Amino acid sequence: MKPKGWKDLTPGAVVLEGGSACNFKTGSWRAFRPVWIEENCIQCMWCWLYCPDMAIKVKDGKRAEFNYDFCKGCGICALECPGKKGKKAIEMIEEGK
Amino acid sequence: MATLNLKELSKKEDLLTHGHRMCSGCGAPTVVKMVLLATEYPVIASNATGCLEVSTCISEYTAWKIPWIHTAFENAAATLSGVETMYRSLKKQGKIDKDIKFIAFGGDGGTYDIGFQSLSGAMERGHDMIYICYDNGAYMNTGIQRSSATPLGADTTTCPAGDVIPGKLRARKNLTKIMAAHNIPYAAQASPSHWMDLMKKVQKAHEIPGPKFINILSPCNRGWRSKTNDAITLSRLGVNSCYWPLYEIENGVTKITYTPKDKVPVADFMKPQGRFKHLFDPQNAELLKRVQDEVDAEWAKLQKEEKCG
Ligand SMILES: Cc1ncc(C[n+]2csc(CCOP(=O)(O)OP(=O)(O)O)c2C)c(N)n1
Ligand code: SF4
Ligand code: SF4
Ligand code: SF4
Ligand SMILES: [Mg+2]
Repeated sequence: MKPKGWKDLTPGAVVLEGGSACNFKTGSWRAFRPVWIEENCIQCMWCWLYCPDMAIKVKDGKRAEFNYDFCKGCGICALECPGKKGKKAIEMIEEGK
Repeated sequence: MATLNLKELSKKEDLLTHGHRMCSGCGAPTVVKMVLLATEYPVIASNATGCLEVSTCISEYTAWKIPWIHTAFENAAATLSGVETMYRSLKKQGKIDKDIKFIAFGGDGGTYDIGFQSLSGAMERGHDMIYICYDNGAYMNTGIQRSSATPLGADTTTCPAGDVIPGKLRARKNLTKIMAAHNIPYAAQASPSHWMDLMKKVQKAHEIPGPKFINILSPCNRGWRSKTNDAITLSRLGVNSCYWPLYEIENGVTKITYTPKDKVPVADFMKPQGRFKHLFDPQNAELLKRVQDEVDAEWAKLQKEEKCG
């Protein structure tokens, strides 16, 4: 979105497009990247629920891939992931490595 | 009320979307997400100035998919009172037939302190709304100034721990109980670590006509000086240490909704947070003990209140 001049703004600066933040990608904030290890995933959906950035995709009620366009790399999903038999289904790795 | 099944809930549209600019690992978006997941009606929200408000709607980019009003610091409850009154009038005139719900969001600064008069007024006038305070224990958006929700002993930029004082010298204001003292039908405390409990409280509150208040613990890794990954872990420790008990007061009757199986020392909650670091110095041992004693006393009082009904 190109910034507008004040004359182009709506009265009261009302934003007419709900969820327009979807056009603002925050993935570049990430220093660590979560990686999903599907074979250890028990589909508990906790990562989806706890993610503050709505960066875990779901498909038909099942957890799917990370949305790296928006994931900020906080690591909450990895810490809370119960995994299978003590093996986590999410691992954090340093970006650029 | 729909059953709270994560698989089913995950099929719902995100009403707070990605692309917001809260810090990485902030607890507040998760709190809002849980509140909106538990809301099964069209909903209109107001939001007091604070991190949540400024970072979810930065000119032209809004993360909200519901009608949402940015209010000043002081008047989230007052603004929503007006909207709710308008809705009742339009409904009476037959111009609206939908059942719409109203939620005001405010931080602890915007709720315990600066917006307190408008909140108190809205509750007293009996507006049909839920006021949600996301309590991160300081004015975080402007650089971690103390509020009346800041815990005893915490280091903030306006009660800095050092040679003169060991952090905040006053205990927290118990806002949940102050709201209950307005004799509103429902006041509760919740935590995102206990999501089912949180969502059940929101569902229940929506079904009760009149004013409702829910105070939700909301970790802030910037102000708490903790890690970006520990929002849920810390809120869980807050509950399990009884620093942040989970309870509700419905029509004056207190009910503890979760009793920790093994109550942990409040130090377990504090230790991972840099804002309490100085309390673990030997010269502050007495203050640390006072923090524990006050948590224990509040917990004992709450249990007694539950017994008395
Ligand atoms: C009347 C008024 N005073 C001060 C400010 C500046 N201000 C903006 S956000 C903020 C802090 C908000 O604290 P809180 O409500 O606890 O929310 P948080 O940022 O911690 O989420 C302050 C002091 C303001 N916007 N209006
Ligand atoms: S690292 Fe944080 S932002 Fe990224 S998916 Fe996990 S919880 Fe979400
Ligand atoms: S928290 Fe872990 S086990 Fe649960 S759905 Fe996410 S990746 Fe799978
Ligand atoms: S300063 Fe704290 S409350 Fe504000 S966005 Fe950052 S983590 Fe969240
Ligand atoms: Mg605050």
